[in-house]
Amino acid sequence: MKILVTVKQVPDTSGKVAVNPDGTLNRASMQTIINPDDLNAVEAALALKDELGCKVVAFTMGPPPAEGMLRELMAMGVDEGVLVTAREFGGSDTYATSQILAAAIGTYGVEADDVILAGRQAIDGDTAQVGPQIAEKLHLPQVSYAGEITKEDNALTVKRMLEDGYMTIKVKTPCLVTCVKELNAPRYMNIRGILDAYQQPMTVMTYETLKDHPLIDKETIGLEGSPTNILTSFTPPQKGAGMMLSGADKATTDQLAGILAEKHII
Amino acid sequence: MDFNLSREHLLIRKMMADFTENEVKPIAAETDRTCEYPRDTIEKLFDLGVMGMCVPHEYGGAGADPLASAIAIEELSKQCASTGDIVATHNGLCCDPILTYGTDEQKAKYLPMLTTGHHVGAFALTEPNAGSDASKGQTEARLEGDHYVMNGSKVFITNGYVADVFVVFAMTDKSKGTKGISAFIVESSFPGFSVGKHEEKMGLHGSPTAEIVFQDCIVPKENLLGKEGKGFAIAMATLDGGRIGIAAQSLGIAEGALAEAINYTKGRVQFGKPISKFQNTQFVLADMELGCEAGRLLTYQAAVMKNQGQRYTKAAAMAKLFCSEHAMKTTTKALQMFGGYGYTKDYPMERMMRDAKITEIYEGTSEVQRIVISANMGL
Amino acid sequence: MAFNSADIGAFKNVWVFCEQRQGVMMPTTFELISEGRKLANELGVELCGILLGDNVEGIAAELGEYGADKVYVYESPLLKDYTTDGYTKVIVEAVEELKPEVLLFGASNIGRDLAPRCAARLHTGLCADCTHLDIDMPNYKGFLKEASTLPEERIEKLGTVKIAGQDHDVSRDLKMTRPAFGGHLMASIICPRFRPAMATVRPGVMKRRECKKDVEIIKPAFALAASDIQTEVTETVKAAKKLVDLIGADFIVSVGRGISKDVEGGIKLAEELAEVLGGVVGSSRACVDAGWISADHQVGQTGKTVHPKVYVALGISGAIQHKAGMQDSECIIAVNKNESAPIFEVADYGIVGDLFKVVPELIESIKAAKAAK
Repeated sequence: MKILVTVKQVPDTSGKVAVNPDGTLNRASMQTIINPDDLNAVEAALALKDELGCKVVAFTMGPPPAEGMLRELMAMGVDEGVLVTAREFGGSDTYATSQILAAAIGTYGVEADDVILAGRQAIDGDTAQVGPQIAEKLHLPQVSYAGEITKEDNALTVKRMLEDGYMTIKVKTPCLVTCVKELNAPRYMNIRGILDAYQQPMTVMTYETLKDHPLIDKETIGLEGSPTNILTSFTPPQKGAGMMLSGADKATTDQLAGILAEKHII
Repeated sequence: MDFNLSREHLLIRKMMADFTENEVKPIAAETDRTCEYPRDTIEKLFDLGVMGMCVPHEYGGAGADPLASAIAIEELSKQCASTGDIVATHNGLCCDPILTYGTDEQKAKYLPMLTTGHHVGAFALTEPNAGSDASKGQTEARLEGDHYVMNGSKVFITNGYVADVFVVFAMTDKSKGTKGISAFIVESSFPGFSVGKHEEKMGLHGSPTAEIVFQDCIVPKENLLGKEGKGFAIAMATLDGGRIGIAAQSLGIAEGALAEAINYTKGRVQFGKPISKFQNTQFVLADMELGCEAGRLLTYQAAVMKNQGQRYTKAAAMAKLFCSEHAMKTTTKALQMFGGYGYTKDYPMERMMRDAKITEIYEGTSEVQRIVISANMGL
Repeated sequence: MAFNSADIGAFKNVWVFCEQRQGVMMPTTFELISEGRKLANELGVELCGILLGDNVEGIAAELGEYGADKVYVYESPLLKDYTTDGYTKVIVEAVEELKPEVLLFGASNIGRDLAPRCAARLHTGLCADCTHLDIDMPNYKGFLKEASTLPEERIEKLGTVKIAGQDHDVSRDLKMTRPAFGGHLMASIICPRFRPAMATVRPGVMKRRECKKDVEIIKPAFALAASDIQTEVTETVKAAKKLVDLIGADFIVSVGRGISKDVEGGIKLAEELAEVLGGVVGSSRACVDAGWISADHQVGQTGKTVHPKVYVALGISGAIQHKAGMQDSECIIAVNKNESAPIFEVADYGIVGDLFKVVPELIESIKAAKAAK
C-alpha cells in the first residue's frame, strides 16, 4: 500500500499581489508557497502512514525549482518525490494538467490498495478541477471535500463536506480523495526530516519519460492541448478611498444596503 | 568563503519561523504576564526534534550542527526570548557537555532522556557568592563509597524548577580552588535534591529560573562527568558554546524588535506622513539593521568554528557581547519609536526590552566577555 | 456517429444542471436558469434544464417560472443521493446524445465535484466558479469597461484569438469571467474548439429573474445500473449551523465606546445586525476593559486580528491598536457620531450618526436588500 499525493507550488496570494501592466500576474515578485489545501492532503497521507506504515509519494508538476517544495514535504515525512517538468507541459489548463499528472501517476503505478490524495483546490486558480479530472483519466472513483478519512482494508470511509452538512461515503481503493482544511492541521517539518530531506529519492519525469503514455500526445497537453483559452485577464478597479455617505436616516442605510447587494457583498 | 546558509539550514529557519509565528507569537504576551513556563510549546519542540537537536541519531537526536541550533534559538527569540532561553540552555548547557565529556554509559543513559524522552536539562554553576568568579563556589561533593554526597545550593538556574537532568559543578577538593571543581550529572529525583526559591525577574518571565538545593544529595559515583578536578575547564568550555546560544537569542530579540519597529513606523502617521518616512527614524532603523547583520555574522561564525573544531572562545564571546548589547540598544530605541504605546503592554516592546537586559548579564556579563576577548588578544 | 466534442456545429442550446438535495431545488438553480435564459436569448436557442434524482419530476415545473423551455428529467432510485459516478454517467450520455453548446453548473460542493468529471470525460473545457457570463460581444465589452482597468482601445480590439495559428472569432463563444489569485486578478476564459462550453457559477452572484415559459418536461430513456456506481453513500446529514469564532467569520459587527449610553441595547443591536448578515459580534478593547463584553470578542492589537468580508465598526473611534486588528478586512463600514474619528480613514463606507438610530434602519435595509435578491 502507498499513498500518492498531488501538490502544487503557488504564489502566496495572502500578501501583496503584484500585477504587470498587461494584466498578468508578476510571479517573479511573489513568494511561492505550498498550496495550503495540498498540505492538508499531505498531512492526511502522513497520518495514514503513521497509522499503517505505508509509503507516501508526492507528485508535482512545475518548473525545476519546485523540487524545493518536494524537499520540504520530505522534511515533514514524505518518502519520495516525483517532479513532472517539461517545456511541453507549460501553459496547460486544468484538463491538460490532469492529463499529464494522471500519466505520471499511471507511469509510477497505482496498486489495488493505493490511495491518491489531493488538496481541494489551489489558491492561484481556485478551480478544484485537477483532482476529479485525474480520477477520471485514471478511471478511479473520487470523493471530494473530505473532512474525515478512515481506512480499513481496501476501503475508505470519507466524511464528504457539503455546504449544509455532510455525506458519509464508502469507497474501495484505489481511489482519489480531495481534502479540505477542516480535515486536519498540517504538521511542521522536523529537524531530522530536514537533515534527511535531500537524501530521499527524487524522480524527475520529463516529456521523454511520459511521451509514450496513452494519455500524452501533443493534442492533449500544454497550451495547444488545453481546451480553454484566456481571452483576456485584467485587474478590477482599485479600491478607492472610502466613501462617506451623506445623512444618517433610512435613505442612507438603503443606499448602503443597495451598494453592498450590488457588489455581492451581502 | 561562502556566506550562504546550506539548504538544510534554510529549511530549519523556515520551519522555526513557521513554528514561531503559529505557536509562540500568539502566547508570548500571556506567557510574560502569567510567568508560566510554556510547557506545551516545549513539548512540541521535543516532538519536532529541536530539543537536543545536536545529539547524534544513536542517542535520539537529529545530529544537527551548532549553527542549526543557533538558527532555531534565533527564530524562537524573535517572538519569545523565554522560549529561546529554555532551548538554548537545554541544548547548549546540558546536552552539549554530556555529549562532549560523558562516558558511553552516561551518553546512552541521559541523551535519549534529553531528546526522545522529553526530559528538560539544566546547568548549575552560579552560587550566591560565586557569579563571575566560579572559584568561590561553596557547593561540595564528598566521595563516600559508591556515591558522592553533595551539599550546597545554586542560584539563578534556568529551567531550574522544570528540569529533570542537571549538569552541576561542585567542589571535590576545596583546597585546589578552580582545580578542585568537578562536574556531575544530577537528576532531580536523586534523594536530597530540592528546588528552592523561584526567582521573580524583570523579564524572561516564561523561563523558569530557580534556586536548587542539595542537602546530603546522593549522586552515584558513575555520574561524575569528566575527571575529578576538571569541572572548571568543563564549565568554561561549555559556556563558550552556551554563549553562541545567548548570542543567537539576543540576535533574535533585536531582529524581532526591529521587525516590530518597521511595521509600526510604517503604519503610524504623525505630521501627515508615516513616521518611517522621517529621516531620523530611518537612520535609527538603519543602525538597527546594521547591528543585526553584524551580529548574525559573528554568531554564525562562532557556530561554524565550533563545528569545525576550531578554538572559538573569543569568537563566541564577541558574538555574545555584541548581540546582547545590540539587543538592549535596539529594544530601547524601538520602544522610543512607539512612544507612549511602547511603554504599555498593548505592544511587545516593553517585554522585549525587559527580556533583552538579561542577555548582558547571564552566561558571563558584558564585562566578563571583554575579559575573555582581551585575554585572547596576547596583551 | 461517435461523439466528437470538436464538431462544434453539431451543438445547440443552453443547458443548466438543476441541483436538488433531498428533493428540494437548490436556490442557485434558479439563478442559473435566469442567467441561462439571457445566454440562450443571445444565442437564439432554447434553454433546457437537466434534473437528476428520484421522484423529482414535481419540482421541474417551477423552472419554467424563470425561463426554462424544457427540462430533461432523469429519475431513478440510484440517483436519489448524489454520486459522482451515477450523475456523471447520466449527464455525459445525455450531452453526447442531445449536444448542448453551453452547460452550466452551480459552483456548489456538488457542482464542483461533478462538472470537472463530466468535462474530462467529454473532452471539453470547464471554467470554475464564474462570476460573470457573456455571449454578446457588445455586452461583454460594456462589462469590461465597467469592471476592469483595461484601456478602452484594448477592450474595443477584442474579438479574435489565435488558435493554432489561425484567427478565431469569439463572438459566439461563451465568455466566462472569474476571479483568480484571491480576486486580485480577473480572467475571461473561452472554450473555442470544443463543446459544450462548461462553467460552474458562483452561488449568489447571478440574479434570479422571473420569466414565465410553458415548460416542457421530457423524460428520456437512460441506462444506469448499480454496478456503474463505485461509491456508497451511507448517510447524509444536515448539520446545525455551528457557532463561528471571530477568526473564521465572514461578517463581524464590532461595538466600541459609542454604546456607553445603553450598553445592553448597543450589544443587542450589534447582535441583531450580525444575525442578519450571518456573522458574529466583536468589540474594541474599551468595551472589554469596561466589562461590557467578554475578552474573546476583542479585535485589535491585544485581541484578535481578523479579515472578514465585512467589518462593521459601531461607535469605535479607531485607535491604532484597533485598526491593527481589522484594517485588512475586505469591506469596512463605520458608524460613528464623530465625523473626524480615525476609523473613517480606513472605512470603505462611513455614516456619521448615532448608532442607536442608524443600526435599526440598517438592519431593515439589509433585510430588504437580501429579500430582493
